[in-house]
Amino acid sequence: MDLRDTPDEELFRSGLRAWLGENRPAPAADVAEEEAEEAAEEEAHRDAERRNWSRRLYDAGYSGLTWPTEHGGGGRPSGYEAILFDELARAGAPQHLGVIGLGMVGPTIIAVGTEPQKASRLERILSADEIWCQGFSEPEAGSDLSAVTTSARLEGSHFVVNGQKVWSSYAHIADWCLLLARSDPASERHAGLTCLLVEMTSPGIEVRPLRQLTGEAEFNEIFFSGVEVPVENVLGEVGNGWEVAMTTLLHERGTLGFSLAAGLGVTMRRLIELAGDRGATPVQRDAIAREWVELEALRYTAYRHLSTPESGVPGPEGSLLKLQWSEANQRITKLALELLGPDAQLLEGNAPYGGYWQHLQLRSRGNTIEAGTSEILRNILAERVLGLPRSR
Amino acid sequence: MDFSSTPEQEELRAGARGYLADHPQPSWAELAALGWTGVSVPEADGGAGLGFLEEAVLFEEMGRALTHAPYWSTVAVVLPALPADLRAEVARGEASWTLATGPLVTDLDSATRVAYVGGDSIWELVGADREVLQTNDMTRPLGVVSGGEAGRRLSGSEVLPRLRTRSLTALSLEACGVGARALELAVDHAGQRLQFGKPIGTYQAVAHPLATTLLALDLGRSLALFAAWCIATDDPRAAIAAAAAKSHCAEAAVAACERSIQVHGGIGFTWEHVLHRLYKRALGIQSWEASSERLRAEIAEHLLGRGI
Ligand SMILES: Cc1cc2nc3c(=O)[nH]c(=O)nc-3n(C[C@H](O)[C@H](O)[C@H](O)COP(=O)(O)OP(=O)(O)OC[C@H]3O[C@@H](n4cnc5c(N)ncnc54)[C@H](O)[C@@H]3O)c2cc1C
Repeated sequence: MDLRDTPDEELFRSGLRAWLGENRPAPAADVAEEEAEEAAEEEAHRDAERRNWSRRLYDAGYSGLTWPTEHGGGGRPSGYEAILFDELARAGAPQHLGVIGLGMVGPTIIAVGTEPQKASRLERILSADEIWCQGFSEPEAGSDLSAVTTSARLEGSHFVVNGQKVWSSYAHIADWCLLLARSDPASERHAGLTCLLVEMTSPGIEVRPLRQLTGEAEFNEIFFSGVEVPVENVLGEVGNGWEVAMTTLLHERGTLGFSLAAGLGVTMRRLIELAGDRGATPVQRDAIAREWVELEALRYTAYRHLSTPESGVPGPEGSLLKLQWSEANQRITKLALELLGPDAQLLEGNAPYGGYWQHLQLRSRGNTIEAGTSEILRNILAERVLGLPRSR
Repeated sequence: MDFSSTPEQEELRAGARGYLADHPQPSWAELAALGWTGVSVPEADGGAGLGFLEEAVLFEEMGRALTHAPYWSTVAVVLPALPADLRAEVARGEASWTLATGPLVTDLDSATRVAYVGGDSIWELVGADREVLQTNDMTRPLGVVSGGEAGRRLSGSEVLPRLRTRSLTALSLEACGVGARALELAVDHAGQRLQFGKPIGTYQAVAHPLATTLLALDLGRSLALFAAWCIATDDPRAAIAAAAAKSHCAEAAVAACERSIQVHGGIGFTWEHVLHRLYKRALGIQSWEASSERLRAEIAEHLLGRGI
């Protein structure tokens, strides 16, 4: 057990800190201040800026730190990624835009992809030339993902895809989609599914943004009608889509641990400032201290689970981190609203702190739904970590 | 950051778990023979020359096993206040200690010596009468001392904050052990007990709170290990880390026992079942040194400055 930076980690941290000092982009304007339509424009502009920023992270060697070097990554242990997230948060700099590509699709391509897939996709994920979205959920397949009905019919050298996906984050700006579809029409549940890499410019794809309760449109419906996907774009084996999808979900919940803890650290710092500005009752001070303790715990728990030797695929313990983070984020942001009192109702120009807290609090309600609801995560912990009998 | 334990620490844990399961009330001489009373005593003074991370393993295991011995009071609390020759005595198993900081004193039934704070020093108390009181947690009874006089001066009182940090951390580790065992018992029971034709663990109203318990205990273990590491390396964050750990771990252990009692149904409410003893140890840990709420008030002061 050694909880200090190693000399090499220290070197990496100081290099990164210096680089961020010179290269950190100016903080983005807060979207809650804008009218909805202006907000859309503003969002598009911000996405472009973030792509540029991601590209600069890549050029400086800060993208894909834990990926193998032969795929353009840094070949480093996961502790370096923790340092990256810490330092980005500390500098107030955004993370790489390609969250889904970097955290989920890329590692899965590395694990089960073909050589040509690795050669053509991985580097472009790192450089943010390709932004990815995840097309898993459907109107009738949410928590029970095995109910997907979007079909992929093999016709010669390509699959023809028909169906509808929903809640797909980043689909409106994505270049590629990791799609889970049913390739065997006679199959049921977990069998007969296949994962496909689908180019979003393919004819027959229509993306319709969905407005969230925050007012923003970050997630989308995707409609597929007769979309042709070459067979070379099957990820893993035909019929093995369920296993491939589960690998991506483990990565989603596991490796995000560090980035979530770092993000929550920023929120906590702002909460402490807010309490300083507005004052806090003894009960609120108790609540703030409790959240601080739990955040410390989350951070060390992320490190603890990542220093246990493992196969490279995060274990179900990742669900612990995601569960804790999502519920803590909801409590912390609610606490902030409480400190703001009636000011928490004010929007736009009158919103305190540029609407930061109102936006974050509303957005946090999605945290216990996306990437596995809290109920599903508790099922996973009960069955796969505690070893309780299955509920279904 | 590397949280993994060394093979030697793992070995110590496995050995301790086996031994303590069979010896709920080991004598001090037995603990010394195992080398546990002198874990952090320098080799020159007859100890093992290891540190708090090894002691941490034992605190956690003693919580799990509900060990009844003055190990926490001697090793976590008093040891750093002792001069070298008295530390050597502890390592040899000739003396165990408890510290009187207030009217109630722990382990008077088993500790051979008593220290107390007087003025700017910590002294040995000699010739005092001891009365052991009936307590909820019978594995760490409380008592009172009366009369007696100052014996040898042990150290200056400036070590007190350090002793408190060690004490809080050791209690946190004990709480981790208590909570983990309560959860294991609940999981075993929920997997075996059939009602309505199914193991009760298939019901989410049973399973989900156990998942929540797992989460709270796992977070607590991270906090306790971090605090232990801070102590082992003289990190300046030790005091606040210990407060954080104790505030969380004590609550998590109490909640784990309560959840486990509920999951066990009627059998969990009986005197024969071990659960009530785990529960009482957890409540004892919560009550001792400083409650979670008190510690959070300290943490709030650290984060936000003084309140109104
Ligand atoms: C902000 C956001 C971003 C998202 N991004 C993506 C994305 O990029 N790609 C993608 O594919 N999907 C995405 N999703 C979708 C998300 O994965 C699903 O919403 C989620 O899996 C839940 O599915 P559902 O909405 O159909 O709800 P349902 O599955 O219908 O669940 C409704 C309620 O029932 C509970 N429930 C369901 N089954 C059980 C059970 N067995 N035991 C106990 N309770 C149960 C749930 O916990 C929930 O509370 C996103 C969602 C959100 C909110």
